[in-house]
Amino acid sequence: MCMRFMLLFSRQGKLRLQKWYLATSDKERKKMVRELMQVVLARKPKMCSFLEWRDLKVVYKRYASLYFCCAIEGQDNELITLELIHRYVELLDKYFGSVCELDIIFNFEKAYFILDEFLMGGDVQDTSKKSVLKAIEQADLLQEGDESPESAVMSEPGLSWL
Amino acid sequence: MQAVSKGDGMRGLAVFISDIRNCKSKEAEIKRINKELANIRSKFKGDKALDGYSKKKYVCKLLFIFLLGHDIDFGHMEAVNLLSSNRYTEKQIGYLFISVLVNSNSELIRLINNAIKNDLASRNPTFMCLALHCIANVGSREMGEAFAADIPRILVAGDSMDSVKQSAALCLLRLYKASPDLVPMGEWTARVVHLLNDQHMGVVTAAVSLITCLCKKNPDDFKTCISLAVSRLSRIVSSASTDLQDYTYYFVPAPWLSVKLLRLLQCYPPPEDAAVKGRLVECLETVLNKAQEPPKSKKVQHSNAKNAILFETISLIIHYDSEPNLLVRACNQLGQFLQHRETNLRYLALESMCTLASSEFSHEAVKTHIETVINALKTERDVSVRQRAVDLLYAMCDRSNAPQIVAEMLSYLETADYSIREEIVLKVAILAEKYAVDYTWYVDTILNLIRIAGDYVSEEVWYRVIQIVINRDDVQGYAAKTVFEALQAPACHENLVKVGGYILGEFGNLIAGDPRSSPLIQFNLLHSKFHLCSVPTRALLLSTYIKFVNLFPEVKPTIQDVLRSDSQLRNADVELQQRAVEYLRLSTVASTDILATVLEEMPPFPERESSILAKLKKKKGPSTVTDLEDTKRERSVDVNGGPEPAPASTSAVSTPSPSADLLGLGAAPPAPAGPPPSSGSGGLLVDVFSDSASAVAPLAPGSEDNFARFVCKNNGVLFENQLLQIGLKSEFRQNLGRMFIFYGNKTSTQFLNFTPTLICSDDLQPHLNLQTKPVDPTVEGGAQVQQVVNIECVSDFTEAPVLSIQFRYGGTFQNVSVQLPITLNKFFQPTEMASQDFFQRWKQLSNPQQEVQNIFKAKHPMDTEVTKAKIIGFGSALLEEVDPNPANFVGAGIIHTKTTQIGCLLRLEPNLQAQMYRLTLRTSKEAVSQRLCELLSAQF
Repeated sequence: MCMRFMLLFSRQGKLRLQKWYLATSDKERKKMVRELMQVVLARKPKMCSFLEWRDLKVVYKRYASLYFCCAIEGQDNELITLELIHRYVELLDKYFGSVCELDIIFNFEKAYFILDEFLMGGDVQDTSKKSVLKAIEQADLLQEGDESPESAVMSEPGLSWL
Repeated sequence: MQAVSKGDGMRGLAVFISDIRNCKSKEAEIKRINKELANIRSKFKGDKALDGYSKKKYVCKLLFIFLLGHDIDFGHMEAVNLLSSNRYTEKQIGYLFISVLVNSNSELIRLINNAIKNDLASRNPTFMCLALHCIANVGSREMGEAFAADIPRILVAGDSMDSVKQSAALCLLRLYKASPDLVPMGEWTARVVHLLNDQHMGVVTAAVSLITCLCKKNPDDFKTCISLAVSRLSRIVSSASTDLQDYTYYFVPAPWLSVKLLRLLQCYPPPEDAAVKGRLVECLETVLNKAQEPPKSKKVQHSNAKNAILFETISLIIHYDSEPNLLVRACNQLGQFLQHRETNLRYLALESMCTLASSEFSHEAVKTHIETVINALKTERDVSVRQRAVDLLYAMCDRSNAPQIVAEMLSYLETADYSIREEIVLKVAILAEKYAVDYTWYVDTILNLIRIAGDYVSEEVWYRVIQIVINRDDVQGYAAKTVFEALQAPACHENLVKVGGYILGEFGNLIAGDPRSSPLIQFNLLHSKFHLCSVPTRALLLSTYIKFVNLFPEVKPTIQDVLRSDSQLRNADVELQQRAVEYLRLSTVASTDILATVLEEMPPFPERESSILAKLKKKKGPSTVTDLEDTKRERSVDVNGGPEPAPASTSAVSTPSPSADLLGLGAAPPAPAGPPPSSGSGGLLVDVFSDSASAVAPLAPGSEDNFARFVCKNNGVLFENQLLQIGLKSEFRQNLGRMFIFYGNKTSTQFLNFTPTLICSDDLQPHLNLQTKPVDPTVEGGAQVQQVVNIECVSDFTEAPVLSIQFRYGGTFQNVSVQLPITLNKFFQPTEMASQDFFQRWKQLSNPQQEVQNIFKAKHPMDTEVTKAKIIGFGSALLEEVDPNPANFVGAGIIHTKTTQIGCLLRLEPNLQAQMYRLTLRTSKEAVSQRLCELLSAQF
């Protein structure tokens, strides 16, 4: 299995996270993101989660206000990719506790770290929720005590997605 | 619900992010960002040394700004500094920044590599993992050069932690994919394979991906992984849903690992070891069985994970393509999914069935779902699913269901999404051509195509219909009539005007007898469309008009008037003006003879790969279409049971059966039918016999064998050496024939003075008339030239003509001679008759001179079907239930020559035990019996 890239974007077309597993120029990235967001956002709710796009297969799923979108290669398994998205959402959810879009906006670096523990080079590194979260929490324990975690700045209603 | 900030919250970052979110306009956002950039820049440049936390916070802000889509041109050095921090979170942010924003600044890369080197050597597993992630994320060649040798060591070291092994495996995979030359193969590879047995499921999951990639590149070196993978898979598949604890996903044991193992196995053919194979087949069956069990959970995650494994299993079964039982089961399973309420499953089932359709074992099973697929085309609400349905219909199409599938596609086209119309048009055009039994159906289909989706009918499609109509004289009259009728519509598509203009220009005379389509009516009809058309179409119509002048002298004045009008003669478009002037002049000055010569009917187009198919391949990417077509070709060869399943290009049976493939994909297409064009155009024909053949080479070695192969078939490769390939396509009707000889220059250098000469011996000359035109004396490298030979059999003959070719290749003189396979049996017309009639005639031909018999040993395996095909290929009818002994074959036919017709009866009696045949020929002429017996005896 080889994922080319993963994108998280909102219904309004704001990119929240992008992870590229194959060297792509900045210009090309922007073009691909724009084009793909347009295609995916135009699709209706009951439509199928897979589509052919350029020479790739795109697997996407919408959770509340966020679209999770993966581009994979022709031979790759669509359904397992769909569940890979779900597992990532579960990991975010477990870590943040009922994750919402704002968590990902304000803690984008955490979203990247969790993704990195789960996927590497576009391939699944570990599928166990426990192993992945253990790695992340260990990292949190390593933090210095001199910072007091601040309280949330904003809230946005009703974003439970599991 | 509140946004939670976990771990090391950075207050300043959160404030900045919410500021950005509060910006009302793009300008305000840019202003806020510029302010922040100025602030960070001043902090970085300031005299006061920043502490780790501040550095981390500012680097993180820069990262955020970059991810918003703005350019960042500083801060790299600060990020690199963070890499050498001892605090994990600082290091982590540093690595994240580098991963996202690395540039090829060599100074920086050296520093980064240095930091990575330290972390890899730190023996701190979390630091090592961060470093490995960074290498994988950047994946550049410089990093590969620096670390490709270290990572295998970390991967197989006994004391590496599991998490480090996982990261090392995938990091190595990334480097190996990017630059395989940098990763040294060695002792570690053998140990990597054994990670398939690792206790830790996470390690196996990561390692399988690396192993799969290594297997793809060096399959022979990693064969041992097959049995390991099978036993691992078997353990997972047979485990209970809770055995694997955290690696169970919604009651499905280790779905990711299962899918990866099944992919790994797809690098290899089925296992050779019977025990391993048995175990694997058991696994595959278990997966198929589980699909039928009731679900253990109602959650979609459960069924998705389960079906992910099922689809990968089906992929493996299709990859093996050797277990008919499993293939049919897979097909049935997919059949169930075709009607599933989940759109995703329907989509995948349609996709997967496309590949099943090309397996000979499951093609028929796939076809049984045709109604469901057609229904999907009509009812699916998602265009991407309908697209898959179109693909599947295309893949499952064969002669038996082509009319239905083409009709359904046509009716779908009326409402199809614009995005897929062109592709459907191409597919319909290809199927209609490929499976046309009746060419009137083909013409109707294409005209419908133009009517329904004229805008999407590309030039390739309408060029092709014209090529086919020109090459098949049995459909020309019908085509003319049909386009004439279609043009009556008040609004017709310009593409129809093009096709109509061309076809009426060539074949309008075939319908001119009907007063409803008299020449003048035809002309007026076309001309009524003229002003609505674009310039290229008008140009085409002007050519049609001048052809009309030749075909129908009675409309000449009308057409001259049109050409003479100012709107033509003084047209602003140069092309139109030139045509009008030249055609008007031609119609005025040329005699009828000259006009007839200039405007002679178009010669048949050379057969070549359909340009439509080429276009579809381009659209769909080469792999999909080609694979499908290739497999189909193989199958069609089997079905036809050609006498020799030789190379595909030579496998056509001589009868111009409807199965012949017009796309030039598989079996060579039949040569265009019809009598040779009249040789009235004088002057152009050369008498090939007048050239005294001064330097005829001895017959090329092996040409006898090749000659014999052509006795029962008409198309194929006659001769081939290092330089030159000679291919033949021919067709015979009664005492006439036409042969296309294709000379292919296999080199990249020109052939000069290329002169093929046909030689008939003095004995042969009175019996056989050959006429041909000379070919261009220069044959470019890689090019093919074609020569047409018109053949007339005057009376029965024995010898064969010789084709002698002379040319200059790179300074040396080349000389090749081969016998041209024009044999007496080519002028056979089969005759069907009942048993009684046969024996009555058989008795009438009882004169000893009329019968020739030969008893000979079989040179080929004695296969009934092959024998039948050969007798039919020989040209006689194969008469069933005539001979009282069903093992015998009898045939009947008439040899047509210009002077006479000779009835022939034949009987072939095989003796399997002795591996012998007895062949008896009875004809009214001794020489004919003799020759036919010789020719046919050599075939068995």
